[in-house]
Amino acid sequence: MSGTTTTQRMPSYLEYKGRFKGLAGWLLSTDHKRIALLYLYSQITFFLAGVVMGIFMKIELMAPGQQIMGPATYNALFTVHGLTMIFLFIIPGLAASFGNFFLPIMIGAKDVAFPKLNLFSWYLFMGGAIIVLIGIFTGDGPPDTGWTFYAPYSLKTNTNVVLTVFGAFVLGFSSVLTGLNFIVTIHQMRAPGMGFFRMPLFIWAMYGTSWIQLLATPVVGITFIMVIFDRVMGIGFFDPAKGGDPILFQHLFWIYSHPAVYIMILPAMGAITEIITTFSNRVVFGYKAIAMSSLAIAFVGYLVWGHHMFTSGMSDTARLVFSLLTFLVAIPSAIKVFNWSATMYKGSIDLQPPFWWAMAFLFVFMIGGLTGLVLGSVATDVHVHDTMFVVAHFHYIVFGGAGLAFFAALHYWFPKMWGKMYNKKVANIGLLILFIGFNTLYFPMFILGIMGMPRRYYDYLPEFATPNLISTVGSWILALGLIIVIVNLLRAKKAPPEIIDNPWNGRTLEWKIQSPPTLENFEEIPVIDHGPYDLIKE
Amino acid sequence: MEHNATTLSTHEHYDPVGAKLGMWLFIFTEMLLFGALFIVYSVYRYRHPVEFHLANQELNVTIGFINTVILLISSATVAMSITAMQKGNKKLTMIFLLITLLLAVVFLINKYFEWGAKIHHGIYPGSEFLLSLSHGDILFFGLYFFMTGLHAIHIIVGMVILIWVFVRVKQGRVNINRYALLENGGLYWHLVDLIWIFLFPLFYLIH
Repeated sequence: MSGTTTTQRMPSYLEYKGRFKGLAGWLLSTDHKRIALLYLYSQITFFLAGVVMGIFMKIELMAPGQQIMGPATYNALFTVHGLTMIFLFIIPGLAASFGNFFLPIMIGAKDVAFPKLNLFSWYLFMGGAIIVLIGIFTGDGPPDTGWTFYAPYSLKTNTNVVLTVFGAFVLGFSSVLTGLNFIVTIHQMRAPGMGFFRMPLFIWAMYGTSWIQLLATPVVGITFIMVIFDRVMGIGFFDPAKGGDPILFQHLFWIYSHPAVYIMILPAMGAITEIITTFSNRVVFGYKAIAMSSLAIAFVGYLVWGHHMFTSGMSDTARLVFSLLTFLVAIPSAIKVFNWSATMYKGSIDLQPPFWWAMAFLFVFMIGGLTGLVLGSVATDVHVHDTMFVVAHFHYIVFGGAGLAFFAALHYWFPKMWGKMYNKKVANIGLLILFIGFNTLYFPMFILGIMGMPRRYYDYLPEFATPNLISTVGSWILALGLIIVIVNLLRAKKAPPEIIDNPWNGRTLEWKIQSPPTLENFEEIPVIDHGPYDLIKE
Repeated sequence: MEHNATTLSTHEHYDPVGAKLGMWLFIFTEMLLFGALFIVYSVYRYRHPVEFHLANQELNVTIGFINTVILLISSATVAMSITAMQKGNKKLTMIFLLITLLLAVVFLINKYFEWGAKIHHGIYPGSEFLLSLSHGDILFFGLYFFMTGLHAIHIIVGMVILIWVFVRVKQGRVNINRYALLENGGLYWHLVDLIWIFLFPLFYLIH
């Protein structure tokens, strides 16, 4: 493969001249790879905006008392930070960007099942994002309800809840259509010979994710519409003054929003599986266990929403059942972690930047996972509910888990997507700084939570000063690491192209085609006669 | 899979199985959309059994019954249009689609008069009269307008889809060899019908 010379190479999807030129060639392209990049660029933009908001929040929390903003601004800021990071960055997450790019390639297809629907989904995503942004900057100011829009406050506040919630509904629609597209693609478009158990494990993770997107999102969609009608028409679904039940809102909200955490983390776990297998130079340990654990997480994750509501008012029976089910999710998650470790055992490990990112993921994901058990158990949850402990746990899982895996995937697939290599040394330094910053930022929050500091306040008692100061300094270190990582990738993108079809000795299908891939990915649809990670001499 | 191998060379990719799978998945999402509302309905009915019972006596069972029959017939006609297409009878397909659309319009007209009467009596979400009633009444009529309204929107969406299918049949783009679009339009229409089959007893019949 690496012996191919430039003269025989086909124009890549980046160079391909279609019906439209320039920007229109991107905005109107139904090529899954171009759509993936549209998602990637928009998601990273939203992510950076969210980071800036986070840094401002940390500056406010640097010391007791008011630093740079008042309570109302702080409330708006944590709401918008949550909305941006959750709905605009990490729920589309790895699925919309890397899923779009690599799902068809890894199953040996030329595109997704419905390419036009795929492009439409991106427009819905951007449409939803723009509606949310309009909601933030117009009317009576950005919502201050927190990203959860809990009733009855979301019905009473004068801020611009209606537009923001409607934007979230449109974003959900986009997510549903992406999931639908991927399920049909996986069912119908696999290359000849690729049975379900010859699919790479990233595809299994995407399959579980797509089902959650499809089956959970409509519930929150209609709940958001009910909030809008409560506000505009005064129906009173969730308004206690009219007989409505705010707790019912919480149930309906979390029926989606807990599985949404698995929409974020499952593709991340899939990408980590690919990375660990490639750099261990071994066949993955426990293929079927990992594949099935993805489906198990998707299924059990559906039944645990009540653990967000241990203090909201539920019967003891319900709380204990939800607690038990929550503990059950730990089993398939642990299956993955143990299989990753077993894959590395006696492997011939190649210490490249994507592998280091995967290790960073494993480290913080384990802390996030174990502290999740503290929150899943009713007795301990009541103690730390709505404290900084929850904030710390959530960021360890979502930023440390899904977020770090997003960058791991970016470093892993970067040479495939652009046909260029970044400076590996700088990538490692950036990761190290980011990793130190991450733990300095979030670990003190666990301690603050145990000490009793509540979340979502712009001010706190002087007892909490020292860990908060450390945490704020951590946010600066993290930002520095992030800048190094992103500048390094941007510089690599500008460098002249090289021929690096398979820089990591990857064995899945995307490494058997040229980098960057051609418009149709495969000039000839491959016939699959072995498992995805089998070591075969070429 | 063998299907893919033959068509991938051509630019127009046609996969009726995939298209129908996609439609079924979309129908799942619609069911969950209404499913959440059915949960809300059951919770509030459980809390206010007497008020829900008295409030549903206010609804006009006759209009509801006529609308149910209309939708059932329209489901039959849309199925007949598919059979007509399978037999290659383009003209009959179009006639059955038109009858279906006509029945949908009649349904909406009935709905308009039914809602109009309620609103005329001062019963609509947020009205002073409704807010003076009990919590159970407020919630019952809130759910009534919200759920039948959402269903009416689905009727309109279904009509747009069927008009589009009609144009495609007329153009000959949907024909005896490739009629997945017609089938998908029919599937969606059956869904709209099915949801009404649940709404009708929940609001009009259950005592």
